[in-house]
Amino acid sequence: MSDYLLILVSTILVNNFVLVKFLGLCPFMGSSRKLEVAMGMSLATTFVLTLASAASYIINTYILIPLEVEFLRTIAFILVIAAVVNFTEMVVHKTSPMLYQVLGMFLPLITTNCAVLGVALLNVQTGYNLFESMIFGFGAAVGFSMVLVLFAALRERINVSDVPVIFKGTPIALITAGIMSIAFLGFTGLDKGL
Amino acid sequence: MLDAVIALTILAAFFGLILGLASVIFKVESNPVVDQIDNLLPQTQCTQCTYAGCRPYAEAIAKGEAPINLCPPGGEATIQALADLLDVEVLEAKEDKSQEVTVAVIDEQNCIGCTLCIQACPVDAILGTSKMMHTVIAAECTGCDLCLPPCPVDCIDMVPVQTTPSNWKWQEPQNDINLPAYAALKQINVVEERV
Repeated sequence: MSDYLLILVSTILVNNFVLVKFLGLCPFMGSSRKLEVAMGMSLATTFVLTLASAASYIINTYILIPLEVEFLRTIAFILVIAAVVNFTEMVVHKTSPMLYQVLGMFLPLITTNCAVLGVALLNVQTGYNLFESMIFGFGAAVGFSMVLVLFAALRERINVSDVPVIFKGTPIALITAGIMSIAFLGFTGLDKGL
Repeated sequence: MLDAVIALTILAAFFGLILGLASVIFKVESNPVVDQIDNLLPQTQCTQCTYAGCRPYAEAIAKGEAPINLCPPGGEATIQALADLLDVEVLEAKEDKSQEVTVAVIDEQNCIGCTLCIQACPVDAILGTSKMMHTVIAAECTGCDLCLPPCPVDCIDMVPVQTTPSNWKWQEPQNDINLPAYAALKQINVVEERV
């Protein structure tokens, strides 16, 4: 049990995907203009990452390893994740229009961005089993969501504050992200104590 | 080598099949009228109709919430096509009236003194009484057009206000990159709106 907790804490705080590992930076900058959009994006990412971890684990263990074609990992994962996410999008669209309105427009956006593929590949590298992979994917997504929502809130406040003209827009956003990254580096070494 | 090619081909074919089936099984039936309206719109997604795009505008038209003349890129042709499709009257393209400031003027020769326009005026800019000639106080008139429909003899005209030194306003700058003072002013307005 404490193993799972360790994975969770380590992916959310210590090895945060965005601020420490530099994965998923484009949705981090792109969809953090508005808090609502950031929340929708967070939900969709959590969903996709957990699903992608499971799907890629199954493909890797039951198809790629028995056939000894592990070098196809990247392309096979992209294929599987994109297909699974598309399939889920269709099912959600049909069964729950409400949920589709919240997640719908974000799902195709994040099928295999670098965070999604990164989680799948890191799972294989670390040798997690199915459940551990899903915990890892979920933790990565929660970490991503937390940072994204915090960052979106910060940007909304920065928008109405008196920023020097040369820093307006992207520069101040990048500087803010950098300072957040410094803050998250403060968690380094936390997982050794657990 | 052959293993890899076969494995990936089978995998791709399998997922292709599933997605193909899913798109048939989980097909969401949308309102066919919305589809037809959407087909007639130019799909520029310019949002000048104030909706988020062509499809939302089509949905609003289908629900009867929006008139058919809000699409500037489509122009007369789109309005005509929409009117044919929906069997409604052709409306004139909506002009952007916000730029032009007008004021009501009563043609005093034809006024019959019915007081209907006085009741309609929201700012009490029309003077007059029953069976007496009415007139508009130009300085009070907001140019809202509300007095036009009640007038039984159509003696009210909307006349553009001439720009004079006393009512001329500084044009708001379009580009605020080099104007920090103006940007700060705008930010203050944003904050005030939120508060």
